[in-house]
Amino acid sequence: MRYSLYPGCTLKTKAKVFEETALEAAEALGLEMVELEEWQCCGAVYPLAKDEYFPLLSPVRSLAAAGERGEKLVTLCAACHHVFKRANHAIKGDREAREKVTGYLEVDYAGDVEVVHYLEVLKNEVGFDRIREKVKSPLEGKKLAAYYGCLLLRPEKEMHFDDPENPTILEDFIRSLGAEAVQYPYRTDCCGAYLSITEEGLARDTVGKILKSAQRNGVEGLVVACPLCHYNLAKYQESLTDTRGGEGIPVHYFTELLAQALAEGPAEEERT
Amino acid sequence: MKRVGVFVCWCGSNIAATVDIERVIAAARKMPNVVYASDNKYMCSELGQASIRESIEKENITRVVIASCSPRMHENTFRKTVAAAGLNPFYLEIANIREHCSWVHKEGEVGTVKAISLVRTAVAKAARNEPLTPSSLQITKRALVIGAGIAGIQAALDIADSGYQVDLVEKEPSIGGRMAQLDKTFPTLDCSACILTPKMVDVAQHDNITLHTYSVVEKVDGYVGNFTATIRKKSRGIDMEKCTGCGICYEKCPVKVDSEFEAGMAKRRAIYVPFPQAVPNKPVIDRENCRYFTQGKCKVCQKLCPAGAVDYELEDEVLTVEYGAIVVATGFDILDLQAYGEYGYGKHPDVLTSLEFERLVNASGPTGGKILRPSDGKPPRTVAFIQCVGSRDQAKGKAYCSKVCCMYTAKHAILLREKVPGAKPIVFYIDVRTPGKDYEEFYNRATDEYGATYIRGQVGKVYPEGDRLIIRGVDSLSARPVELEVDMVVLAVAVTARADAAGVGRMLGITTNAHQFFNEAHPKLRPVETHSAGIYLAGMCQGPKDIPEAVAQASAAAVKVVGLLNKDSLVGNPTVANVDESMCSGCLECTQVCPYDAIKEKSITERRGRETLTRTVAEVNEGLCQGCGACSVACRPGANNLKGFTNEQILAEVDAVCL
Amino acid sequence: MKVTTDTICSDLLKEVEEYSGEKVASCIQCGKCSGGCPMLEAMDLLPHQVMRLAQLGLKEDIMKSKTLWVCASCFTCAARCQRDLDLSKVMEGFRVIQLRQKGGNTMHPRQLTPEQLKDAPQQAIISGFRKYSK
Repeated sequence: MRYSLYPGCTLKTKAKVFEETALEAAEALGLEMVELEEWQCCGAVYPLAKDEYFPLLSPVRSLAAAGERGEKLVTLCAACHHVFKRANHAIKGDREAREKVTGYLEVDYAGDVEVVHYLEVLKNEVGFDRIREKVKSPLEGKKLAAYYGCLLLRPEKEMHFDDPENPTILEDFIRSLGAEAVQYPYRTDCCGAYLSITEEGLARDTVGKILKSAQRNGVEGLVVACPLCHYNLAKYQESLTDTRGGEGIPVHYFTELLAQALAEGPAEEERT
Repeated sequence: MKRVGVFVCWCGSNIAATVDIERVIAAARKMPNVVYASDNKYMCSELGQASIRESIEKENITRVVIASCSPRMHENTFRKTVAAAGLNPFYLEIANIREHCSWVHKEGEVGTVKAISLVRTAVAKAARNEPLTPSSLQITKRALVIGAGIAGIQAALDIADSGYQVDLVEKEPSIGGRMAQLDKTFPTLDCSACILTPKMVDVAQHDNITLHTYSVVEKVDGYVGNFTATIRKKSRGIDMEKCTGCGICYEKCPVKVDSEFEAGMAKRRAIYVPFPQAVPNKPVIDRENCRYFTQGKCKVCQKLCPAGAVDYELEDEVLTVEYGAIVVATGFDILDLQAYGEYGYGKHPDVLTSLEFERLVNASGPTGGKILRPSDGKPPRTVAFIQCVGSRDQAKGKAYCSKVCCMYTAKHAILLREKVPGAKPIVFYIDVRTPGKDYEEFYNRATDEYGATYIRGQVGKVYPEGDRLIIRGVDSLSARPVELEVDMVVLAVAVTARADAAGVGRMLGITTNAHQFFNEAHPKLRPVETHSAGIYLAGMCQGPKDIPEAVAQASAAAVKVVGLLNKDSLVGNPTVANVDESMCSGCLECTQVCPYDAIKEKSITERRGRETLTRTVAEVNEGLCQGCGACSVACRPGANNLKGFTNEQILAEVDAVCL
Repeated sequence: MKVTTDTICSDLLKEVEEYSGEKVASCIQCGKCSGGCPMLEAMDLLPHQVMRLAQLGLKEDIMKSKTLWVCASCFTCAARCQRDLDLSKVMEGFRVIQLRQKGGNTMHPRQLTPEQLKDAPQQAIISGFRKYSK
């Protein structure tokens, strides 16, 4: 099956490895993912004020371009996924939004391009059982933990991704690679997101809570699907120094682990 | 030529202050068919009624219009007045110029013009009123009570004590319902079983009560005074005559499944008595789990039974019984917590529902009444109680207040402290609601004497840390974050209607609200009646309520039943649908729209020229018809008419307003 | 600020509903939003207090609150609200009331550190500007 792939800004710059490993793994799984030609930044945040239609223009333009290809649109970055799903929801359910946005863009778009996250492709279209069969270098003995963050899960009514309080998709994924999936309470709590730009101290505190909780539960690596979560979780590792003398918890994009496990030969120790 | 008399009431100043009575009378005198018009300060008074009677005789009036309050108020009064003057009571027409007019229009001109218009429509209709005669219906002197929780038990006992036969049908193997599962009851802390079991025994021993446990009502036909119910007595696999209730059969049963009575906190066998005080105290075989029924071999219970009472071949028994009245007391369920992942129910064994906690406290429960953590069997030192889990929740749960949780949570706090000395109860609440006799005082005891700390704030998240549970929340009054380490969390889960309530409602022809609770006929003045005559409600199936309220409602329903069964016959409502067979095309659209199942098809044979033809027409059962008129609207050829509200009458009213 | 007839009768609820689409009047102050908020400790007004002050018409107290700017729109409150209210939209409503005023922006390019410019993902910087300036 062929999919359109939407990489987003960050995957072309600060998080290149996220896209590279996603494509590597897709090839190993026989998934054809072709980058959308006409794409631009999704806007990074979904506009929450009721009268803000302007920030919908960019995501809807990309969605409309994807619509012409007639394929499912696969996302990797949690923020892009969030914005696309919600933009679709707005275009479908809010007539005023649809008329204003599509009228301005001069496109005919009704919100019906199916936006799926790469993880959803793995779960629903490949199947974790099949991934388990295809793994050549299982991550045996690794104690990994999911960090979901906010944007994939909430609001559930629009995202339809997983149970927002007790999600399982990343744990199922981790187990399919042969690693142990460790549970800890903070896996769905916010990392502070863009507050790391404006309120560094606050972001450090929130990340600190997440990392310490993971550490208490023996986590050896965190698995994420968002470049901003990755940045924050990796940046504030000093929160752990007082208890672990400088040693941090590595943070991996889920695709890095997937590509690693699907690759031939002895598993490399650390890719990142 | 019809001679219409118009009588306009002042209702003191209620009508007269807004409506110009003189102008209404003057206008009425000019209306077609009107031969007389007069007014009175209080038409419903004895003097007012006398003036109507006198005018009818003196002026030879044949149709009467009274412009006054709503027909809901005085239609019956005035029908009697008209009848006393020798006219058919259905010759009366009321123009509602109070509720529909003077009370809603403060400006005299508008009110007066509208009053005249209302009188004109009533006059137009009255001139077309035909005499109607109510039919007389017989009454079967036997009542059916569906559901044998405390409400059904109370209703059955009260009806039986009044001398009527009652069949009490319960779908579980024992009567007792939810109350049997409870430990103590608020606000007196008397033991639930101790006050319930005597009533259960009374039911079993009452000469006028026939008990059908492990039975379901499958079908109800008929109408007030003349219901016919089909009851399936599911096979227990036990010969109830032979069984002595010795209990040997279930000791060696190899199958263990979650006990429904113990809210899943303990196991039962596939052949079992749900609880020690069960009535009847005889076992039942759960065929879905029994090894003999699922795998074809075992029969251990049969081999062990000294009375030879175990009989796998026993089949369901289906009874068809006639009743005059029905009490619905089908009880409640609790909300499924699937959508409430934040509280960790189902993920952490020490997060319990209140019903599970109830079993944990109960002396006959799985721990013998010791409050112990399911995870490690240790007594909890700190227990958090979270109220409004699913109640008052428009997003994921139920918008309503479940009404009983505030009080039983205070009870749980007290019982915790009594059973585990020094333990600390902490209650998270939104509002504490204690409207009931001695209820506020009971809640005060929980805080003042039993050391319960109440925190106003809904909990955000519950998660495990080591072998304890962390609660993150807020005290909204002090605006301080709350982070507690506790040993157990008890969720006061919303009560809900039974999952099958809507289906039961359809079977009985009674309606449910948006939450599947059965609708009463009037929220204040007819709280135990339904819109279907002869069917009454008791207990939680009508809406959240506590035990005293359920018992009071059950007794009220019983009085309604007894009042009905006391009558020799029933006067039917003459404003029912009527099918003109000569016009009926037999499309039976009316049978589809009838909410009371009152229209059936019928074959008629008629001669047309030399031929004899058989064709289908619709036939109305006047006992079932409630006169809603849906059928006459649906009828394309116009064959179906509601007596007293015929198409011709309604159109005449419309013409009177519009032309 | 003191609660007066004027504050209670003010149009604040209408105004915030216009911007957010949320019926703040239906909040029953259960506190579940604050109970789960990950930014709670950095807030001078807890989320449920913002809702209460809005119901009472105390606009100034809300507008000068730090809470509006530390809310990270993580939607935890919205996922749990028993009245189906999305507080992240309410917070956004109050933010845009300020941001749309002249000089209302609270984030400026010059405040980004060289380190942030080098390391922070585009997503963070774009999100930040989207949230804190118009």
